[in-house]
Amino acid sequence: MQIGVFTVGDVTPDPTDGRTPTEAERIQAMVAIALKAEEIGLDVFATGEHHNPPFVPSSPTTLLGYVAARTERLLLSTATTLITTNDPVKIAEDYAMLQHLSGGRVDLMLGRGNTGPVYPWFGQDIRDGLALAVENYALLRRLWREDVVDWEGRFRTPLQGFTATPRPLDGVPPFVWHASIRSPEIAEQAAYYGDGFFHNNIFWDAGHVRRMVQLYRRRFEHYGHGPADTAIVGLGGQFFMRRNSQDAVREFRPYFDNAPVYGHGPSLEDFSTLTALTVGSPQQVIDKTLSFREVAGDYQRQLFLVDHAGLPLKTVLEQLDLFGEEVLPELRREYAASKPAHVPDAPTHESLKAAAVAREEVPA
Amino acid sequence: MTTRKLAVISAGVRVPSSTRLLADRLTEATVAALRERGVDADVEVVELREHAHEVLDAVLTGFPAPGLRAAVEAVTGADGVIAVTPIFSGSYNGLFKTFFDGLDDGVLAGKPTLIGATGGTGRHSLALEHAVRPLFTYLRSIVVPTAVYAAPEDWAGGADGVAPLDQRIARAAGELAELVAARPAPEVVDPFADPVVSFAELLGGR
Repeated sequence: MQIGVFTVGDVTPDPTDGRTPTEAERIQAMVAIALKAEEIGLDVFATGEHHNPPFVPSSPTTLLGYVAARTERLLLSTATTLITTNDPVKIAEDYAMLQHLSGGRVDLMLGRGNTGPVYPWFGQDIRDGLALAVENYALLRRLWREDVVDWEGRFRTPLQGFTATPRPLDGVPPFVWHASIRSPEIAEQAAYYGDGFFHNNIFWDAGHVRRMVQLYRRRFEHYGHGPADTAIVGLGGQFFMRRNSQDAVREFRPYFDNAPVYGHGPSLEDFSTLTALTVGSPQQVIDKTLSFREVAGDYQRQLFLVDHAGLPLKTVLEQLDLFGEEVLPELRREYAASKPAHVPDAPTHESLKAAAVAREEVPA
Repeated sequence: MTTRKLAVISAGVRVPSSTRLLADRLTEATVAALRERGVDADVEVVELREHAHEVLDAVLTGFPAPGLRAAVEAVTGADGVIAVTPIFSGSYNGLFKTFFDGLDDGVLAGKPTLIGATGGTGRHSLALEHAVRPLFTYLRSIVVPTAVYAAPEDWAGGADGVAPLDQRIARAAGELAELVAARPAPEVVDPFADPVVSFAELLGGR
């Protein structure tokens, strides 16, 4: 099981004192969170991609390249990379470059984005969102897998004799996750290619998450990638904890009540019941997180949102320290004990390379 | 006898509510009209007031709480819909509109629908034609020609001697029952059943 954190990089005022971090502070905070993730033994740090205020991470590979240089183990990922409005040629190039610089510590999570105007700003139409995700990803795969590509499609200029450089590290493209909250077509896409499927269940109820993940698992088997319970699934999560659960609720409530997305809506209590949010003691975080297996089956990646809604960096780092001390060892022990032997781990560069070598597609 | 499902949406905000009273009258008349056509009705009433917080929360968070989801499924899975709102400021009330705002595209397309409204004075009766009917046109529902408006005086029977409320209810209910009875039970498409759209079709640019 890969356990990690993801950030959306929002610059949000702290509702308890009204202070808004500068962009410079927020960017440095994201780096500090990534370094803390490695320090406490997490596996993954993932960044969002946005092209509008109040978000800062418009350039994920710049951030991840910097984090790669300052870490040794951490797997660097995205949450999500906009497959709709980015040029797939540039995605192929940027992430292959990051793969080389990080020594293969990179994968991607593809999404369509949730900000309407981003499509026209990048010359696209939001009504083409699914078609863009399908065509752009089909091209991206070819750019990583074929040295010379001739290609023509609906959404970008044709390519004749094009080679995306650098070629993927060791001839092995980064692993790809497809993320969707509610589009069955994206679960179908992930299943078709045998890629990973990620459900950011922090904003949706468990019944819906179950339906989406089950669809992906059934279709993964249908397309011949293996039994449904061996499909590669990732989930989101969100927690705020203090040793005493009442302290956690009291401290987090103003952040919840004023948060982007769910603030000024349902109560913290209702939202915690419905979604993956846990506000309470470390034991409550452990129990709730382990319960996600009942929704998604034995899965491979659990990412938590920890730095949302104006929480100050100091608090976020405290959260991660507490997570590393009290939650992470318990999760690791329980996952190791419960996962059936035939359920694979999430692919890494090493495992993908070994598989490619075994198939004699790349030299050992 | 065959059976058809009726979903009744009432957006009254008082308890008891004259909007609900009208909705119940329309429902009873429709059930009777269906029975005349050899059709049993399975009625589910969605009292929007009971879901008021969930309706707004769903707009804010993007997903419905389980209680609201059940209400939405009752409506989208019905063979016919009776939708009744109080008229506020010359139009449907916000609760009524917000409920429909939260539905997925196309889920009411082709669904026989009877619209009704209540108001503080008979002078608002055309709000049904100017506001409520266009909403359902946008949703591509099939709205029956007779929309039923009940003003305070209608409940006393003295307001309109030419077309009293009970006659308008009966006419509208007959129109709805005619469409519902003639219509085959709808196919409920589960977007999470497989394969809804195979990937080959997606790749082909469907």
